Amino acid sequence: MAEGRLTRRGLLAGGVAAGVTALGRPASAAAGDATGEAGEPVVPFHGPRQAGIATEPQAHAVFVAFDLREDTGREGLGRMMRVLTDDARRLTQGRPALADTEPELASPPARLTVTFGFGPGLYAKAKIRSPIKPLPAFTIDKLEKRWSGGDLLVQICADDPLTVAHTLRMIVKDARSFATVRWTQRGFRRAAGTQPAGQTQRNVMGQLDGTANPVPGTPAFDLAVWRPDGATTLVVRRIKAEMETWDAADVVAKEFTIGRRLSTGAPLTGAREQDPPDFDAPGPNGFPIISEYAHIRRAHVGDPSLRILRRVYNYDEGITRQGHADSGLVFASYQADIQRQFVPIQRQLAEADLLNEWTTPIGSAVFAIPKGCGPEGWIGQEVLS
Amino acid sequence: MSSRLALSVFAVAAIVAVSSCGAQETPTAAAPASAAAAPVTSAAAPAPTGPALSITDPWVKTVKKGMTAAFGTLVNDSGSDITVVSGASPLSPMIELHEVVDKDGKMVMQPKQGGFVIPAGGSHELKPGGDHIMIMDAQKAVEPGAEIEFTLTLKDGGTFTFTALGKDFAGAKEDYQPGGDMNMGGETDADNG
Repeated sequence: MAEGRLTRRGLLAGGVAAGVTALGRPASAAAGDATGEAGEPVVPFHGPRQAGIATEPQAHAVFVAFDLREDTGREGLGRMMRVLTDDARRLTQGRPALADTEPELASPPARLTVTFGFGPGLYAKAKIRSPIKPLPAFTIDKLEKRWSGGDLLVQICADDPLTVAHTLRMIVKDARSFATVRWTQRGFRRAAGTQPAGQTQRNVMGQLDGTANPVPGTPAFDLAVWRPDGATTLVVRRIKAEMETWDAADVVAKEFTIGRRLSTGAPLTGAREQDPPDFDAPGPNGFPIISEYAHIRRAHVGDPSLRILRRVYNYDEGITRQGHADSGLVFASYQADIQRQFVPIQRQLAEADLLNEWTTPIGSAVFAIPKGCGPEGWIGQEVLS
Repeated sequence: MSSRLALSVFAVAAIVAVSSCGAQETPTAAAPASAAAAPVTSAAAPAPTGPALSITDPWVKTVKKGMTAAFGTLVNDSGSDITVVSGASPLSPMIELHEVVDKDGKMVMQPKQGGFVIPAGGSHELKPGGDHIMIMDAQKAVEPGAEIEFTLTLKDGGTFTFTALGKDFAGAKEDYQPGGDMNMGGETDADNG
């Protein structure tokens, strides 16, 4: 278990880590009812922590980032979050938002979650010290402004794409008195019910993605993800998959790059996905079976408190006239502390990860995720009041 | 948003008194009662009766100034009908209870004679295109996310206070027609919201 998959590049790599499951995900969970949580269409909104983080990832997601308007200060931010929180608490429970022009679309909520994040710019506007700062530059980055930054982030996830669309529409309509849309990133995973709950998903490069994730409900998860007050942080990176050159690599090369079998997700030193990788095992020529530069080695994190939660979505946008794909990963990583957990892993990957050859970060943003709220409160109240 | 129920005339009257407006200033047949006439004794007086009347989902359309409207669903948990005869808000001295009717093929707004009747054990929805609380002349902007207080006066003299959330909304474009009725919808509408 010890691997923190990280990702960036890794992100795509799915296979990375291995043992996550060893930590806690019972094998039986993977073999469980395929409907899993999809059978319970309502995810509670109120609570000490925001939903949409420890929630088993829904099939569809949109991440929308906003720039605050010039005249939006702390008072306006409070009103904005009161309105957006009200929308979220209603829609997630399958009820129309106030002034909802399409109230018929509120049900079923399809496990809808709406999660709010505050970028460094929001704190600046509110004249409050920011608990987060932008990531350092990484040599592998080819960041585009259209996928980067943002003062306010809303992560909308549900098992139904129409639910996501309606919620996005409602949130954007209510945010635009206060902010303009900076970017929108849509993503998807396996459709609900097509594989057992808890089973590692595959990304567009075919890799199992998320093997080493901490498992919700375990002490290791809480340690890695939550701050004592119920807050956390989010890194959103848009990782383009270079599908044309990835296609040119053969399976042996791909598996050498990742350090895992594509078929099973098992480490090259093991037989099953959950087997811990043996980084010392030598191959016939004396070199380690799992390369010094394999993604899972570079992404490996031994200390559970230093891991990150990859809650990632695939993207697959328009195809070029030449038939080339625009695919990759909306890499969303939750961790208690970006500097302590995310940055070291990302550095390791940026320095030398074979997977960098086939993945390119083109967007990057960081957000503080305030704690949850109760029925009378709103997200960010303790920050902005 | 929270709604506070106060069938007690006392608790409510204190809130009404905060604003300079009184329901008696609303010159419509729908507002025969005067909330300001309620004796203001103690704002801390507990409501002597249970919360027979409540409102769910109260909201008010944002506006820079002038006309706008408030909506929500009034719920009557008591065994007898409740009639709302007038409304008041710090927002404006002119609050009317409106309905939308078909007049010669045209949907128009007009003061609702007799006010809103919420049947025993039933509810009455206030919504764009239907009955609503009309704010004739907002003295200040209703901003998105603002919490706006309203006090409704009941036929029996009791009052009911609630808070509505300011929401941006493209519809409910009330347009005042001098000397005539309010016109809802249609190409002549100015967007007052």
